[in-house]
Amino acid sequence: MERSLIERTAAEIARGVNRGEHSAAEAVDAALARVGEVEERVGAFLTVLSDDARNRACAIDERVRAGERLPLAGVPLAVKDNMCVTGTRTTCGSRILERWTAPYTATAVRRLEDAGAIVIGKTNLDEFAMGSSCENSALGVTRNPYDLSRVPGGSSGGSAAAVAGYEAAIGIGSDTGGSIREPGAFCNVIGFKPTYGRVSRYGLIAFASSLDQIGPLTRTVEDAALVYDAMAGYDPMDSTSIDRPVEPTAKGLLESLSGLKVGIVRQFDTRELGDDVDEVYDRAYHDLEALGAELHDVSLPTADYGLATYYLIAPAECSSNLARFDGVRYGSRVEAADVQAMYENTRAAGFGPEVKRRILIGTYALSSGYYDAYYVRAQKARTLIARDFEAAFAEVDLIACPAASSPAFTFNAKSDPYSMYMMDYYTIPMSLAGLPALSVPCGWVTPPGGALPLPMGLQFAAPLFSEKLLLGVAHAYESATKHALKHKPEVGARG
Amino acid sequence: MSSEKIDVRYVAKLARIALTDEEVERFGAQLGDLLEHVNALGALDTSAVPATAQVVESRNVERPDTVVPCLSRETVMAQAPQRQGAFFRVPRIIAEE
Repeated sequence: MERSLIERTAAEIARGVNRGEHSAAEAVDAALARVGEVEERVGAFLTVLSDDARNRACAIDERVRAGERLPLAGVPLAVKDNMCVTGTRTTCGSRILERWTAPYTATAVRRLEDAGAIVIGKTNLDEFAMGSSCENSALGVTRNPYDLSRVPGGSSGGSAAAVAGYEAAIGIGSDTGGSIREPGAFCNVIGFKPTYGRVSRYGLIAFASSLDQIGPLTRTVEDAALVYDAMAGYDPMDSTSIDRPVEPTAKGLLESLSGLKVGIVRQFDTRELGDDVDEVYDRAYHDLEALGAELHDVSLPTADYGLATYYLIAPAECSSNLARFDGVRYGSRVEAADVQAMYENTRAAGFGPEVKRRILIGTYALSSGYYDAYYVRAQKARTLIARDFEAAFAEVDLIACPAASSPAFTFNAKSDPYSMYMMDYYTIPMSLAGLPALSVPCGWVTPPGGALPLPMGLQFAAPLFSEKLLLGVAHAYESATKHALKHKPEVGARG
Repeated sequence: MSSEKIDVRYVAKLARIALTDEEVERFGAQLGDLLEHVNALGALDTSAVPATAQVVESRNVERPDTVVPCLSRETVMAQAPQRQGAFFRVPRIIAEE
């Protein structure tokens, strides 16, 4: 039976549009109808752009009729709401930007539009991308399409949920310490963070500039590769974007892992995560062997310091980046008699608790007398973490490990900030080292008392600029195991 | 590394965020907890290790010094919380004579 338009992959939709089998307008209408059907339960979007999307779809159809062939022709795209789209409300999930309209479009979004993708809406996130569950959004609640009583992960939880719930074929998010990979794992989708600097950050509202990286959330590895190929590459508007050729990844994805050396990290003992979770990862590693890979023990002795390092560097950079929200030029303002009180009251009313906590810790770590003890020491620890990976990659081609410390949890389960931070224990070291890494579905667990099986994610990490290898390996694993297809989301998948 | 208590009110002043008494207490405790965790970094010998600010090599980026199109003044000013003509309006900064 032919699958409905909403269930098709981006590759299939683009092929259908390019061949004239269906129009971009039909693909967008199907996605918008699905949004209308499930959004009340899922809550993936902060803004749905029905009219803009329909207009853009007609324009794509005209280009295709005129003979153009586009790699993402007519593919419905969900954009995390910390990326600018001209004329569109861009909130970062924050009160302080609740009514701000972006006057320009992020390079990553523009490149996807140039490739034929159609933005259907802006998705929910933890405020300013700070969090691992979307619960820190000031503007909406997003639920996990696979179990509506659970969080979608974060901070790119809205894009993950939109793709998992078949509201959009593809999504993009931003990953600072795991914000693409963890929601990918929670929502049974691919979450891919490219090498730092591979995708322009122009138009991505900054959280921690030395770590932030845009990447895809998709239902297949091939789609992640298509999105990456369209977005990646140097951009004069982002001086930290990497000026070297991008090797296309979508063509020639691997089918076998014969001869590949995969490192299993000695310090990441999955037995601590519980028997059922341990079993999933154990099987995943065996499956890699069955596909021809050689497993090797590798050591990342400093990885255990990743969280401590990250929770100095990221807040320090955020305290500096978010200084621009002062009520003067844009965003909300709380009036006061003097300018100091205006700043302080504006920021008190505009930011939520997690953003305030991180600004405070970052301000403290950068303040006189503490700078060397905290910030500089963390930057040195960062060097050691990066060196650990370099040493490991002298022995193996890539590393496999969990993408998150647990499957999706219920709302309000992590009220202590540090227990939430622990969710990113496995993703932060790669971020600090700037490495490309992705999460791919690797099995299911049914938690005690839970009725529904929950997806788990396997993380692959590769040396800098090894996106082609990383996506190839993930594709071979995905096609051999097909874990993602074993269960349907709670919100169903008909269209 | 220091293990002293954070003076949350002072840090909030530096960060330009007004805090309620309840927030001072709650954030103080939470930041204290977090500092205990990050103090673990003290166990690493970093005396001979260079700091990493940016993982991938960075270099100076220059562009030709030519005029290129940019956002119009009206576009930039349009979302100002308060404006007066071509200026952002803020509370008085300099005291009256």
